[in-house]
Amino acid sequence: MNKKLIYLDNNATTPCDPRVIEAMTPYFYELHGNAASRNHPFGWRSEEAVDYAREQIANLIQVDPKEIIFTSGATEADNLALKGVYEMYSRKGNHIITLETEHKAVLDSCKKIEKMGGEVTYLKVDRLGRVNLQELEDAIKDTTILVSIMWANNETGVIQDMKAIGEICARKGVLFMSDATQAVGKIPTFPKEMGIHLMAFTAHKMYGPKGVGALFVNRKNPRVKVTSQMDGGGHERGMRSGTLNVPGIVGFGKAAEIAAKEMESENQRLAGLRDKLEKALVDKLEETYVNGDVDNRMAHVTNLSFKHVEGEGLMMTFNQEIGVSSGSACTSASLEPSYVLIALGLGDDLAHSSIRFSLGRFTTEEEIDYTIDQIVNGVNHMRDLSPIWEMYKEGVDLDSIVWEEH
Amino acid sequence: MAYSEKLLDHFKNPKNVGTLDKSSNNVGTGLVGAPECGDVMRLQIQVNDATGVIEDAKFKTFGCGSAIASSSLATEWLKGKSIDEALAIDNMDIVEELALPPVKIHCSVLAEDAIKGAIADYKSKNK
Repeated sequence: MNKKLIYLDNNATTPCDPRVIEAMTPYFYELHGNAASRNHPFGWRSEEAVDYAREQIANLIQVDPKEIIFTSGATEADNLALKGVYEMYSRKGNHIITLETEHKAVLDSCKKIEKMGGEVTYLKVDRLGRVNLQELEDAIKDTTILVSIMWANNETGVIQDMKAIGEICARKGVLFMSDATQAVGKIPTFPKEMGIHLMAFTAHKMYGPKGVGALFVNRKNPRVKVTSQMDGGGHERGMRSGTLNVPGIVGFGKAAEIAAKEMESENQRLAGLRDKLEKALVDKLEETYVNGDVDNRMAHVTNLSFKHVEGEGLMMTFNQEIGVSSGSACTSASLEPSYVLIALGLGDDLAHSSIRFSLGRFTTEEEIDYTIDQIVNGVNHMRDLSPIWEMYKEGVDLDSIVWEEH
Repeated sequence: MAYSEKLLDHFKNPKNVGTLDKSSNNVGTGLVGAPECGDVMRLQIQVNDATGVIEDAKFKTFGCGSAIASSSLATEWLKGKSIDEALAIDNMDIVEELALPPVKIHCSVLAEDAIKGAIADYKSKNK
């Protein structure tokens, strides 16, 4: 198999940009010092490199470098923000508001907080995947300390109205945290403009290395503090102990610098390719639906449901060559399809029929053209095999059938 | 997850895809699963009245690769068998033949249920 593989799963992780790898390489051997070693040049040089990366990242999101806390990734940053705020502000209240469509890093942190005695409200989203602002405002009460809403959804690419949410939080005097993992480096994400006090993100979704992320913590007006979840040497202003991952951080910084410079032109290119893919599939394949808010969506993502085709089976028709992901969770023991798509009001059947395409910096038009052909063939193959497609074509009302659920 | 060659072959070149006349007296139809669960399997057998042997079998399946391969294999096995021999097909035989991973065992269970369903339907028509 010497055919080139096509990667359209950039929301899972992005490849490291070669420029990022180049920047990181010296920090594995020549410049290997511990950034916390204050007494020799090995340490000083690593500290300088970390400081520089901190500036590159702060510049991307327009914050003070002192407001960046490095972590092992966005999952850790989400945990630190949620549990850290809950512990730090428990005198003020114990109530947190979030969305049903958040990433598991947020949802499972919230579950843990509930076990610790906290109260969490999980707001529903509308059919487009957006939070209802009035419902959010109504949910805030005296004991609310934090609202946690993701900037852009990993499955659908749907972007929330961060500015309006920030205004509500400011008016109500509660902290606003955002899991911006999918958004940072892809679209402009300036937390201070949006009234965001804490923001989690990671390098490996923006062409940086895996294993390094950050939490932005607002330092002034208000000065926000989080209780550390990892105790030790008191690194990162006491909020996250642990020797800094210097090569990772250097790569993260370089990735941020490139993103700041190239984001705009890259988005134009990706929107063109994404629209081409989406339009071709919707035109060529009947009963194909776009999931989520197409007017408030990241440029590189499309989430499609091909009615009466099971997503995982469909993927098997082309997954020797093309990497995408599906909302059909047939491989998991639970057999539950994507909770994000279910929250949008999709029936379980359409959720099982969904495929997420997430394009990236290295996606070419040729790859998109090839993908269109493969998906069209795959869907047609699967529909030829599908008894419910046959019934649908014969005009049988599928809802009238009593299915034997197993 | 790496699938076996046999499974991939049944998935890419499924055997006996199609539809038999479900109103015919010598055809039995088994329809199992549900769209909400991500699997629907329809398996049909055509039985020779004189000999009692399954002379044809067809399927259509909405589901993952393992579900499609399991039903394709089941139709292959059914052809030429008597009703009693068909009833003896066990889901674990399918698991073994296709080397299904543990998370896909339910696909083989579904295929066995579809076989039993088709036979039950045939029997109810030919009491």
